Amino acid sequence: MAIELKMPALSPTMEEGTLAKWLVKEGDTVKSGDILAEIETDKATMEFEAIDEGIVGQILVAEGTDNVKVGTVIATITGEGEEAAAPAPAAAPAKDVAPAQAGAVSANAPTPAVPASAGTTEKAAPTERASDPAIPAGTAMVRLTVREALRDAMAEEMRADDRVFVMGEEVAEYQGAYKVTQGLLDEFGARRVIDTPITEYGFAGLGAGAAMGGLKPIIEFMTFNFAMQAIDHIINSAAKTNYMSGGQMRCPIVFRGPNGAASRVGAQHSQNFAPWYASVPGLIVIAPYDAADAKGLMKAAIRSEDPVVFLENELLYGRGFDVPDLPDHVLPIGKARIMRAGSDVTIVSYSIGVGLALEAADQLAAEGIDAEVIDLRTLRPLDTATVLASLKKTNHLVIVEEGWPVCSIASELAMVAMEQGFDDLDAPVLRVCNEDVPLPYAANLEKAALIDAPRVVAAVKAVRNRG
Amino acid sequence: MAKAPARSTAAPKKTASTPAPATNREGPRDPIPYDATPAELEKFYREMLLIRRFEEKAGQLYGLGLIGGFCHLYIGQEAVAVGLQSALDGDKDSVITGYRDHGHMLAYGIDPKVIMAELTGRAAGISRGKGGSMHMFSVEHKFYGGHGIVGAQVSLGTGLAFAHKYRDDGGVAMSYFGDGASNQGQVYESFNMAELWKLPIIFVIENNQYAMGTSVNRSSAEDQLYRRGESFRIPGMQVDGMDVLAVRGAAEAALEWVRAGKGPVLMELKTYRYRGHSMSDPAKYRSREEVQAVRDKSDALEHLKRVMEGAGIGEDKIKDIDKEIRAIVAESADFAESAPEPELHDLYTDVLVEQY
Repeated sequence: MAIELKMPALSPTMEEGTLAKWLVKEGDTVKSGDILAEIETDKATMEFEAIDEGIVGQILVAEGTDNVKVGTVIATITGEGEEAAAPAPAAAPAKDVAPAQAGAVSANAPTPAVPASAGTTEKAAPTERASDPAIPAGTAMVRLTVREALRDAMAEEMRADDRVFVMGEEVAEYQGAYKVTQGLLDEFGARRVIDTPITEYGFAGLGAGAAMGGLKPIIEFMTFNFAMQAIDHIINSAAKTNYMSGGQMRCPIVFRGPNGAASRVGAQHSQNFAPWYASVPGLIVIAPYDAADAKGLMKAAIRSEDPVVFLENELLYGRGFDVPDLPDHVLPIGKARIMRAGSDVTIVSYSIGVGLALEAADQLAAEGIDAEVIDLRTLRPLDTATVLASLKKTNHLVIVEEGWPVCSIASELAMVAMEQGFDDLDAPVLRVCNEDVPLPYAANLEKAALIDAPRVVAAVKAVRNRG
Repeated sequence: MAKAPARSTAAPKKTASTPAPATNREGPRDPIPYDATPAELEKFYREMLLIRRFEEKAGQLYGLGLIGGFCHLYIGQEAVAVGLQSALDGDKDSVITGYRDHGHMLAYGIDPKVIMAELTGRAAGISRGKGGSMHMFSVEHKFYGGHGIVGAQVSLGTGLAFAHKYRDDGGVAMSYFGDGASNQGQVYESFNMAELWKLPIIFVIENNQYAMGTSVNRSSAEDQLYRRGESFRIPGMQVDGMDVLAVRGAAEAALEWVRAGKGPVLMELKTYRYRGHSMSDPAKYRSREEVQAVRDKSDALEHLKRVMEGAGIGEDKIKDIDKEIRAIVAESADFAESAPEPELHDLYTDVLVEQY
């Protein structure tokens, strides 16, 4: 049986090429590895090697021929003692099939009319989302700082599950650069509370590998600014693994640490990475505001089978809030929280911006404007249903974000309002974001760059006046 | 103790040597070539031949447009994966590698059909058609990929070793990477933590002498890559990666060290890839003669055949194996060509594990 030699695809994009030169002639004996021809692709001139042994039967495409389609039979090789046979008609190259299939995919892609399905079909319909569990009547509240709430959440989960461990710079003997891991070394020992060298890329990768190997790591970045050295593992290793493996290999890991502007630490230590991570399918992104949510969502993050980026805020660590005194306070991921009900305007925020939004709402109330304040809490998946339901009621939307305006969570929510809430809008959506500059050091410039309550008040008045 | 091999050898040396260490620190014992039974020789041959024939077939299917994207073939390097992985305990040890991963999967006994079907992007593929050549995994076989970012598997593998130690399960992680990856920063971050915490890991540099088109000598200030762990106190071994018995023997010495809780070992396997870096590489950075010289003088399969003949395994037996392997590969190609593509709704599955 003669072997047909077909025009090879020698690059991912090659559909045809030039048969530049034959290096064998009919009747030549060839063996595996011999170069048969030179073929020019869209990228380079490649050598075409024999795979099989035999005698060159017929050369069917002459050298110098341009535009030879991939898959065209260009020659035949016969085995020992076989007659050179005429080639069977060339089968349709598989490449021809591919575009039609690609077209089918795009035809079935979500249409703009149902944008909720665009990147979030992995979750159930928004209406089926879990709500916060009811706090039993008579539950005592304890005053905890965000720092303590996070520590307690980690400690409770570590008590419950031996697979959970904490790793990062200064998390153990130093008790945490921001004291979030205070006391954990004493309780859990050096096996489970591990000081690393200053080596973010390495320990983020080590953590992701440990998660693939069956553990549940909590990886602390001293701040998320340093996680840029490790972002490859957060995205390429952690976020994509479940999908790339067809659901076979998981990476249940929590990457946590302070995010956003601190105070007077300059541009390299003051950045909100929430929009970066929230743009990545395969990640869960959480950015809580108060201590109760910090605790309940940290516990949920540790229990999740998915990789979680948990964005804290240094300026919030020391703030005290009431936290329900329950043995197991766990909150649902992917569910926003209405912090203050109102009827005139919806103010949506997350993390430190929620405090500013609440402050602005108080001022607005004094002026007769009743604002509803929503804390997103989870940034991926976004609880658009809660935002849209509020918009339906207030018909005005302002987004408050301690971060840059361009390609922000604010831009995303404005688009959600356009796609799914347009008929409910009485005025254009406005956003209150930081100035679009690296954060300066000088006190007055820093203050000028960051959002504050007066700017939120001004934006709300602007949308009210437009409506 | 053998001397360090000469620098810039195009063809790997035919010596199973660990050059003299730069320090007199304790290290793994000197390896000796593995004394294989005839049955083991046949097994090695069968596995190595399967890799070669599988990869040749993959190359053909790529040429026909049935395999797309990047496709990195393992032809020439077969003795490395087979020699090393034959020494592992499949029930507890774990393996991780980079994008040139077909050979390591075949050496671990993963069904060639589901590997080939992944290459052709079919639903029956090991990653259900969503990974492709570079992203394949088998948690069942403790094979953790299949990673497309050069060097990432070294940190991830260190994490697998961390998990073995954390659970105290007696397992060892084996993390393969290339001479190119050995210049990545995270490799050294991982070396530091692995030795600091005495993690059970064997770092395997498959030195096939070219990082895409850049030779070791053009990219590496210290081109004796087995020495790259010295400043972290990780003992290094340099091994002839074209001799499966030398590889297996060295693996046993390395495993003794690691299983004794003495921390990681760095193995440099001197090997060679016959094909381009990927299917679209014209390989103009090396001469035809260089490649042919390795094929003629150092081919791992030819070497093993000679050993088999010496052990009294007849040509008939070898021909039988050849036939058997051709049939397995043909079957995997037929399967991969005829299996259906993924359903369109699979586009949206497995983005996350849970529903939120």
